[in-house]
Amino acid sequence: MLFFQSLISGILTGGIYALAAMGMSLVFGVMNISNFAHGDLMMLGMYMAYYLFTLLNIDPFLSLVLIMPAAFVFGYAIEKTMINRVIGHPSENQILLTVGLGLIMGNTALLAFTSDPKILTTSYSSSSFNLPGDISVSIPMLLSFLVTCLLTAVLYLFLSTTRTGMALRATSQNREAAQLMGIDVSRMSAIAFGIGTLLAASAGALIAQTYYIDPFAGHTFLLKSFTICVLGGLGSVIGAGVGGIVIGVVEAMSAAYLSSEWKDVVVFVLFLAILLLRPRGLFGRKGEQ
Amino acid sequence: MLEIRNLNAGYGEMPVLKSVSLSVSKGEILSIVGSNGAGKSTLLKSISGVVRASGSMDFLGAPIVDLKPHEIVRRGIVHVPEGRKIFPELTVSENLRMGAFLNPQHYRSRIEMVFDLFPRLAERPNQLGGTMSGGEQQMLAIARGLMGDPKLLMLDEPSLGLSPLYAETVFRSIGEINRNGVTVLLVEQNVFLSLSISNRGYVIETGSVVLTGSGQELLENPQVKKAFLGM
Ligand SMILES: Nc1ncnc2c1ncn2[C@@H]1O[C@H](COP(=O)(O)OP(=O)(O)OP(=O)(O)O)[C@@H](O)[C@H]1O
Ligand SMILES: [Mg+2]
Repeated sequence: MLFFQSLISGILTGGIYALAAMGMSLVFGVMNISNFAHGDLMMLGMYMAYYLFTLLNIDPFLSLVLIMPAAFVFGYAIEKTMINRVIGHPSENQILLTVGLGLIMGNTALLAFTSDPKILTTSYSSSSFNLPGDISVSIPMLLSFLVTCLLTAVLYLFLSTTRTGMALRATSQNREAAQLMGIDVSRMSAIAFGIGTLLAASAGALIAQTYYIDPFAGHTFLLKSFTICVLGGLGSVIGAGVGGIVIGVVEAMSAAYLSSEWKDVVVFVLFLAILLLRPRGLFGRKGEQ
Repeated sequence: MLEIRNLNAGYGEMPVLKSVSLSVSKGEILSIVGSNGAGKSTLLKSISGVVRASGSMDFLGAPIVDLKPHEIVRRGIVHVPEGRKIFPELTVSENLRMGAFLNPQHYRSRIEMVFDLFPRLAERPNQLGGTMSGGEQQMLAIARGLMGDPKLLMLDEPSLGLSPLYAETVFRSIGEINRNGVTVLLVEQNVFLSLSISNRGYVIETGSVVLTGSGQELLENPQVKKAFLGM
């Protein structure tokens, strides 16, 4: 039963990874920028969920309704004021900028919230139910997974059917041609970064009940999101979704059958293997970077 | 319709266009002729705003030299770039939808017209752009440009990589597009074909205009004959 237990928890955790990675992948696709502040944006989502709950008693799942628009506006504003200046510039500049933004966010959080890890505990934080065969399913993780599925479906419909969604995809496939269609690509970049921030913060809020919340809690997710984006193919949002689940399951399996210290090693080895064997990733087209 | 005076443009520190002046009149087909690297594509990119330029550029009486590319499209100038640049992972009809990005309300009427012109596209609306053959991609690129309802259509090497038969189809379409009231600015390697269908032409060499005249005059000009027609 260890197998099924690991499979289920791997899929549930993988959903969160997928959500975070999809945001990163969208930003990469539309703007051609690797966002090293992505994990810190996730951390902000965790704190927002924590304080909305402890101060205002808003359930973390309900608080998403507030966190998502706030995160979108925050991301949009950061792009408009800072990130748009490095689009199309050498990648060292982009890395410096996003790493710097991440450091500012992390250290501001350190000053504001101290380094003491916080724990968000709701009435159902540690409740779970059992499937036949003694497989236990955590209620908050299951709810998070369902919300993730909903957000993914909305994102998918947005990208595939709306005019703005299609324009985002067009910009990601050929920025110059998108301009020639009359698409305002700098606005598309801001929208993409807004959505990326929204997805990162949502992922943070969704795991706020499951992980310790501290100013650098996002960093483990940054590396994972990169791995997932590479696995799924940089710039492919669907690929990031599938890749997230794959990494979640691989982690859970290696924790179960090797040991939990080894799971990060296994993920990292997988990362290197993809880079060597299939740099385009599963669904990728932008293999060059 | 389009008045360009003393236009300079380049990439980084490197100047490419040196004080180019030219004008496009409403309703005509105008050819730009020049050897590789002369700056033909750079000229079109400066007009569409993809490359920053200095100098003066007026379209329908209003200055456009400082506008962003999407604002220039809104004024009615559509640029079909060299090398097609279709969206490889959008379907044919999604590509065309992007062409009509600024006027989605006219999508239906435009698409009928475009499908009439290129029946091959009508046969496969759901094929991914990237899986089309080179010639089909070229048709898609032109069709996508027409979806934007241009007043001035700029075509950069529309027959590049096409078999002679396809090239002829494309040239026939350009004539038809022009008869429907669209002014055309044409850059072509196939100098003979392009000058034959053009009212006027400009010859540019290393970023400057060196010769201008009617299509017929240029075809008969000894310099043009020698440099571009191999005669
Ligand atoms: N993105 C760029 N960056 C730097 N230099 C460029 C760029 N694009 C073009 N150039 C240079 O500008 C000059 C003019 O190029 P342009 O593409 O306008 O020529 P062209 O007349 O269209 O040539 P062709 O007939 O080969 O298409 C060339 O010397 C070219 O190397
Ligand atoms: Mg050219």
